[in-house]
Amino acid sequence: MISIRGLTKRFGTTTVLDGIDLDIAAGERVAIIGPSGTGKSTLLRCLNYLDRPEAGVIRIGDLTVDAATARPAQILALRRRTSFVFQNYSLFANKTARENITEALITVQRKLRAEADARAEAILREIGLADKAGAYPAALSGGQQQRIGIGRAMALDAALMLLDEPTSALDPEWVGEVLDLMRRVAERRQTMLIVTHEMQFAREIADRVIFMEGGRIVEQGPPSQIFDAPQDKRTESFLRRVR
Amino acid sequence: MRALDIDYMLGLVPVILGYVPLTIGMALAAMVCALLLACLLAVERVARIPVLDQLVQLFISFFRGTPLLVQLFLFYYGLPQILPFLSGINGVTAAIIGLTLHFSAYMAESIRAAILGVDRSQWEASQAVGMTQAQLMRRIILPQAARVAAPTLVNYFIDMIKSTSLAFTLGVTEMMGATQKEAAGSFLYFEAFLVVAMLYWAIVEILSYLQRRLEGRLNKALAR
Repeated sequence: MISIRGLTKRFGTTTVLDGIDLDIAAGERVAIIGPSGTGKSTLLRCLNYLDRPEAGVIRIGDLTVDAATARPAQILALRRRTSFVFQNYSLFANKTARENITEALITVQRKLRAEADARAEAILREIGLADKAGAYPAALSGGQQQRIGIGRAMALDAALMLLDEPTSALDPEWVGEVLDLMRRVAERRQTMLIVTHEMQFAREIADRVIFMEGGRIVEQGPPSQIFDAPQDKRTESFLRRVR
Repeated sequence: MRALDIDYMLGLVPVILGYVPLTIGMALAAMVCALLLACLLAVERVARIPVLDQLVQLFISFFRGTPLLVQLFLFYYGLPQILPFLSGINGVTAAIIGLTLHFSAYMAESIRAAILGVDRSQWEASQAVGMTQAQLMRRIILPQAARVAAPTLVNYFIDMIKSTSLAFTLGVTEMMGATQKEAAGSFLYFEAFLVVAMLYWAIVEILSYLQRRLEGRLNKALAR
């Protein structure tokens, strides 16, 4: 069970997150949609403190992190219960595909190399890149890099997977393979919070869709409600524009 | 103008070559120590730990702002007068310490720039998987910074080899000191110093060749 209360983030005088309250059940797959610059990515980045929120409490299982009192050790613990998939992949440039997956297993989770390697091999097969195990990120296509980015997150077995527009930076030809992989991750009931502009994808995989605007949650509900019968005018007008 | 005494020069080459190991040894020892110190200084400059940061800035400013020769004299002839336990220090040790401190200040700034040049995405990805600051530095940031800093650091090593010649002013008989003694005996100053110049030049050329090979290999690992 994940609960977020009063999460607030300001950049200078601009309030980007205006007291977000959100609960996510274990195994729930939540998609966040909304116009650009409404705080969707910032919400994800505040959940693992890549951006430090000014206020708010995040609870994941028995871990509670309050922005007012958060210490480095708590932030580290929070990051170890979440995994993150970046829009621009952000693979470790000095590590091969396999090492990108094993790195945190060995340095952070203290697994033995053999165990980490076995896990990486399994994941590389699953994401269809077993033949690229020894390749460096610079030698891989955008689609391949993002699949490894997702594989790196999968390997961590985190309580919550955060995905920040994973297909937005991709050339159109690579979008399909990345969406397919995310569908498979979702089918396993990995708890996930995904910011996406792929409305069809959100409708397919999400248990719940959240529409955000102006740093607030405007409306949320099952995909059928949000996409077919939005209650709020702002949701309706946004969906009309993106369709 | 008189003719060069070629026979004298050829005879001098093996004599001075005998001091090459000491010169290279001093430079290598100072380089290893300077690299370690520079990494610590650079990481501190990036992390900006209060108070320590001001001290590190002062250290870097002093060692970049005063001549190496002055620093060597200060350590070898000056400091033992104030700190008597240093009076037993020999010239080689003093030279290695001086070279270490002097070059670490320069190298720290190159390494700092290289660290700051590593893409922000690399920091964020490391933080997101839950690495500590020390882990992300050691595993992700420093290896990438090393690739950027390597050519500059090799240049400092070359500079350091040449700078070991200043150790002769501390009474160390290294390549320069040996040449000085030979020349004082033969009065053939031009020949003697020309030989030692050629030998320094040869060492530096060999290193420059190795530098090009090293860079080629470093770049190949991450080439597209």
